[in-house]
Amino acid sequence: MYIWPYTVSAVVCHVCKCVLVLYLQFYNEQEAKKYSQNSRMIEIQTQMSERAVELLSLPEDQPCYLLDVGCGSGLSGDYLSEAGHYWVGVDISTAMLDVALQRDVEGDLLLGDMGEGLPFRPGMFDGCISISALQWLCNADKKTHSPPKRLYRFFSTLYSSLARGARAVFQIYPENSEQLELITAQAMKAGFTGGMVVDYPNSSKAKKFFLCLFAGVSGVLPKGLCSESTDRGVSNQAQFTAQRSRFKNMKGKSVKKSKDWIMEKKERRRRQGKDVRADTKYTARHRKPRF
Amino acid sequence: MKLLTHNMLTSHVQGVIKGYPLIIKATEVKVNELEFSAPFVSRMIPKLEWSLISALNCTLIPDYEKDEEFLRKVHRILLEVEVVEGCLQCPESGREFPISKGVPNMLLIEDE
Repeated sequence: MYIWPYTVSAVVCHVCKCVLVLYLQFYNEQEAKKYSQNSRMIEIQTQMSERAVELLSLPEDQPCYLLDVGCGSGLSGDYLSEAGHYWVGVDISTAMLDVALQRDVEGDLLLGDMGEGLPFRPGMFDGCISISALQWLCNADKKTHSPPKRLYRFFSTLYSSLARGARAVFQIYPENSEQLELITAQAMKAGFTGGMVVDYPNSSKAKKFFLCLFAGVSGVLPKGLCSESTDRGVSNQAQFTAQRSRFKNMKGKSVKKSKDWIMEKKERRRRQGKDVRADTKYTARHRKPRF
Repeated sequence: MKLLTHNMLTSHVQGVIKGYPLIIKATEVKVNELEFSAPFVSRMIPKLEWSLISALNCTLIPDYEKDEEFLRKVHRILLEVEVVEGCLQCPESGREFPISKGVPNMLLIEDE
């Protein structure tokens, strides 16, 4: 079957016929080769892999066992090998994996659909990276399982496949905020904590999104990169947790009756010259309702 | 597919309780040379499903971290032996995952 300018790959995925046929159409034999030989593509992918590994915060000088989801033709995997790590790559396209085999990558390759779940025993990997692959799980079509279900199956199997304290870093190009919300909701449901790190938020060309997820231990979210002369007002990280916090600081003032509010009020009255009790350890201490 | 990866794999078909260890039915195997890294091998040993390694006549010794010869032996088994053609069979359901050109096909069909 020939659809200009792509030919449909001989491999047909039984599950999720539509979107993955699209991916397979994009990355058929010719396109896969072109993708891997394009020097600009190689440069971008290598840079993103480098940043993703940096965000993984692996112990220094220690070879680790990593997972590369959506490894494709092994461009990111090559970076992992160069950094001294051993890796396993999963991809759904045989064409891309064939290119990876031709390029003689050091990691092991698996042909699989990440939306079906990862086929690993619990606690195997020290970390996981994924470069430009997660968005393929988000597109919906009536014939397939729902994207949230596939995302959840992927994240929950990933969570169990990672060792405690391991991280998963995904470089993604989010289409819109709904897609981002969908992804983060399913990740949190699977038990991950973490957040989004945005590099160069003010440059439309250089802007990159990295979703950093922690399995088991809550970590400090790394700061996004930004160029020197940017406006510091734009934040380049968003941390999400499972906690629901009540709105603080409405209209720039402290929430009424909180310790901050009480201390501010006392200061105000002192400035007005009124007689105010000294501050002790009991100031603004929470009293029982019967008080 | 290296034996280290095989050690990590399990059948992820829904409804299967213990999908590992997958039984290897190899028709073609090859042996590569790969750089030996002692810290990596000793870190991976606790994670392994040892029954698969002991099936290849290699018993786990208590003080393995210092025994370089033992580590080299494990390295050879895990990282240098590769299954090129064959299939993996789930011990519980009998479902087979074919391996071609060293790449196992873990794609599931509609009902799984």
